[in-house]
Amino acid sequence: MHRQTLFALSAIALAGFSHVAQAQDKLTVYTYESFTAEWGPGPKVKEAFEATCECEVDFVSVADGVALLNRLRLEGGRTDADIVLGLDTNLTAEAKASGFFAPHGLSTDAIDIPGGWSDDTFIPFDYGYFAVIYDTEAIENPPTSMHDFLKGREGMIAIQDPRTSTPGLGLMLWIRKIYGDLAPEAYEELQKRVLTVTPGWSESYALFTSGEVPMVLSYTTSPAYHMIADDTDRYQAAAFSEGHYMQVEVAGMTTKGADNPLAAKFLDFMMSPAFQDIIPETNWMLPAAATSEPLDPVFGKMVQPEKSLLFTPEEVAENREAWVKEWLGVMSR
Amino acid sequence: MTEETPALVCEDLRFRYARNSAEMRFDCAFAEGEITALVGPSGSGKSTLINLIAGFEIAASGMIRFGESDITGAPVSERPVSMVFQENNLFSHMRVFDNVALGVAPTLRLTGEERDQVETALASVGLAGYGARLPGELSGGERQRVALARVIVRRRPILLLDEAFASLGPALRHEMLDLLSSIHDERRMTTVMVTHFPEDARRIAARTVFLADGAVVAEGPTATLLDHDMAPEAVRSYLGEKAGTAG
Amino acid sequence: MASMMRKRAGPDIAASLAALFLLLLAAGAFLPLLFTALPGAGGRLTDALGDPVIWRSLRFTLVQAALSTGISLVLAVPVAAALHEFRGFPGRDLILRLFALPLALPQIVAVLAIVGLYGERGVWSRLSDSIGLDFPSIYGLTGILIAHVFFNMPLAVRIALGGMASMPSEYDRLAHQLGMGFAARFRHVLWPFMRPALMSSASLIFMLCVTSFAVVLILGGGPRATTLEVAIYQALTFDFDVVRAILLALIQVVVTAFAYSLLTRAGGSVSSGFTVGVLRPFAVRHTATGYLAAALVVSFGVLFVLTPFVVIVWRGLSADLAGLVLQASVRRAVTTSLLLGTLSAVLAVVIGLAFAAGVTRRAAARRFSGPQSGAERLFGQMSSLILVVPPVVIAAGWFMVIRRFADVYAAAPVMVVTINAAMAVPFAIRLLQPAALSAAERYDRLCRQLGLTGVARLRLVTWPLLRRAIFLAFAFSLALSLGDLGVITIFGSQDVQTLPYLIMQRMGSYRTQDAAGLALILCVMTMVLMMIADRGSEPNRVERTSRS
Repeated sequence: MHRQTLFALSAIALAGFSHVAQAQDKLTVYTYESFTAEWGPGPKVKEAFEATCECEVDFVSVADGVALLNRLRLEGGRTDADIVLGLDTNLTAEAKASGFFAPHGLSTDAIDIPGGWSDDTFIPFDYGYFAVIYDTEAIENPPTSMHDFLKGREGMIAIQDPRTSTPGLGLMLWIRKIYGDLAPEAYEELQKRVLTVTPGWSESYALFTSGEVPMVLSYTTSPAYHMIADDTDRYQAAAFSEGHYMQVEVAGMTTKGADNPLAAKFLDFMMSPAFQDIIPETNWMLPAAATSEPLDPVFGKMVQPEKSLLFTPEEVAENREAWVKEWLGVMSR
Repeated sequence: MTEETPALVCEDLRFRYARNSAEMRFDCAFAEGEITALVGPSGSGKSTLINLIAGFEIAASGMIRFGESDITGAPVSERPVSMVFQENNLFSHMRVFDNVALGVAPTLRLTGEERDQVETALASVGLAGYGARLPGELSGGERQRVALARVIVRRRPILLLDEAFASLGPALRHEMLDLLSSIHDERRMTTVMVTHFPEDARRIAARTVFLADGAVVAEGPTATLLDHDMAPEAVRSYLGEKAGTAG
Repeated sequence: MASMMRKRAGPDIAASLAALFLLLLAAGAFLPLLFTALPGAGGRLTDALGDPVIWRSLRFTLVQAALSTGISLVLAVPVAAALHEFRGFPGRDLILRLFALPLALPQIVAVLAIVGLYGERGVWSRLSDSIGLDFPSIYGLTGILIAHVFFNMPLAVRIALGGMASMPSEYDRLAHQLGMGFAARFRHVLWPFMRPALMSSASLIFMLCVTSFAVVLILGGGPRATTLEVAIYQALTFDFDVVRAILLALIQVVVTAFAYSLLTRAGGSVSSGFTVGVLRPFAVRHTATGYLAAALVVSFGVLFVLTPFVVIVWRGLSADLAGLVLQASVRRAVTTSLLLGTLSAVLAVVIGLAFAAGVTRRAAARRFSGPQSGAERLFGQMSSLILVVPPVVIAAGWFMVIRRFADVYAAAPVMVVTINAAMAVPFAIRLLQPAALSAAERYDRLCRQLGLTGVARLRLVTWPLLRRAIFLAFAFSLALSLGDLGVITIFGSQDVQTLPYLIMQRMGSYRTQDAAGLALILCVMTMVLMMIADRGSEPNRVERTSRS
């Protein structure tokens, strides 16, 4: 019992100490962990932004986008964060409704994503398309459309659970967007192609790269990583004629951040080339605004979807529960 | 010196419990069909010696001979030995009858004749009719009797006892010793009895072997070896003052 | 008189405090969550109970856990018997150390290794393809069972061996002297000591399988194989439906507690541990079939447990290990893991000893004979129930509590340590309690007579006797903490990164090779720990089972 008291005391002491030692000009950014990793955008973004101001950027990372929102909820609205970076459009409606965020008051003209952007609270910093990634050594005739994919029988795919993963949710919404109320039939076909459903992207991608399964649900930009980092063309994305579902990642200012001038400055910075340049080869997503130089030619080889599919955040918030239930109903038979 | 042929011989038996413990060295002979007591201070190696004979410990070198055959490397089940421990001689979840029956057939499948043998053995230790009871229902002395009954049905030529009666009260111990003696009279097993009561040796053992510090120090007829006046020096310090002479 | 009463109540107080600590840890998780959303909970409960998905999840949870437990035990029996019979089995010590490793692996690492062996394109599958056979798909209940058996069968073997090692050496010796064959020995000598050990491990294994997450989700093949844990995770993280999460967690606790009580009634109690025995070997006649059977059984067991590790090593070696070790984040993660793990282990051992003291005190009161008292059983059960409360729930609840008083990030290490310690307590107890009981049985009266109590007793009597068990409990708890991923996901930040956290991080950024290398590092660390523990727990003087 002694130990626990000691630790509790030291924790409280540390807390007090940290409050005293708070820097004057500090910006606290909550984001997801791959953002702040050594090879992620975080370190470079921090360096670039701190160069423009006499300030300190403090990144706090949690597991993923969903965990970000939950961290805010757990904190009961009294968060330390000025900026929350890493939610996606599937979560923005709930995030707005939570009342944790303040309008950014900035012009989003710099944003250039398919379908445009107009939201007063959130600003996108990158986007991507979901795609079926396949192993060229295992799949000879990749599907050219969702229809093709669902009906095809060459090889199986590892997908993620929409209840626990954003790409998983993405696939479900993708099918829903294409097939509408006929989605259940599509799920039935999908089930025949699914090897397994994993809790998150990491597990299914690991199964894919280890050769266990020839296809995986991931992003159109995934092959770019392998081409640049591993120097291999082996993994490619299948282009679907119906179009691909988008994932738009956004950042927003919290009500606390509204009082911190650095927050607005950061969001502005985020839309500038200085930030956007960093994104493609660290986050492996597409920049939401202009970069100072063209992207690595490898990105040009990536699948450029003919159509960008996306539900509005409100549509997602309203229907997610019912749609997931529908998915579950078919997939668990 | 008696004329009995040594039946059980330990020749230069060497043993160590672990790499850094002292080496024990046993050189002794046990006369055939006699009861020999094994006495000595604690730590002298009494139990170790009989465990070596029984095969529960493996000697580093040396030989154990029984009659003509070399049993040094023989597996436990093939040694002509029965052993009675101080406790846990009976499997507590098996009835008394079955515990004894194990001495006849380890598979517990007995012919009618074998069943009679078991009953007779039980009767001869004074436990007729106890067959259906569980060991937990018996007293310590009764449990040791059952162990003796099993010894009877096993008919092995060597009997080893590891302080078998040490936890019984004096009267009961004497009773058990007498029972042992009577069984011995009938069967004439070569018996080696470890005890830390010299009077046990005096009571039923014709010969005694005295151990100290992991080696045989003295051996001979019990009457002389354990007599306060005639015993060798080492034994005398073990025996201490004779009762009634302490100043 | 009063002071003597107080002294005797010492162990009781310690045990009760330990129990209270665990209860508080679990309850503290529920309460704040409950208060945030209590109104309407009643209606939500009926909603949740009426949801067919919930019932399906519950049923599947229990079925896969029961099957996993059953199969693990059934397979453990022959392996344990073989290892017991053949005490000079080559590499026996190594085998037993190997058997302590699976539980220390993060689930995801083990699952990917198992997939590498038994999966569609796994080693066995490719082998059978080359000889023209069809290897069955493991995605589904089969895969789940394979993974669970991999984690739990080795544990069951060690526990069963420990149970058998606790038999009086006279039984061991007589059985051979009487010429009992294997069948008779098994029936009359081995099984009576294996059985309580197995039943005690059954409850532990059952609960581990109930809360299994990664295994079920990845190897289950789809939502058909869904457990309550998934629903809880989803409710709390994706939906932030706090009420639903608590309700489901409560349902899980209640149902598992019920199943646990049934199991313990069937003859299991926390009375047998998994120390590796010291029955001395002697010359035994084995039949040729005996040798063959034992060799086959042990070989299969060892291969089954070893092969996933081979995969992990193989994949790990293809990573840039030197580069990884040089990375500051990796070195920091290793240090953090070791530090937090050590603290958890110490805490777990302390709590375990407290529980053991309480149980021992009760057992002494009934003179170590007769059936266990209610309090004893309660102490035993309480320690294990913590396994069933999802760490995610505990972490979320405490996050909200701590938030009010202190900086959450500073508290992260504390929470990681305490929750990991709580998870390790059931294991620690199974190691400590039998040793404590036997030590007390031997020396309790003597200590009381000599007036040896408190610290003196601890130093002079308890420590030397329990030293071995304490070492092993510490090592096991440390190994478990090293591989744990639960709490850190909620309390995580750049400052508190453990090795499993790092593994997940790499996997989430395309860096699967890094992850493989880190997994190898983790395995090696755990293996080394186990070796140290086994060495350190060797008694200075060989335990003699015969008096001289």
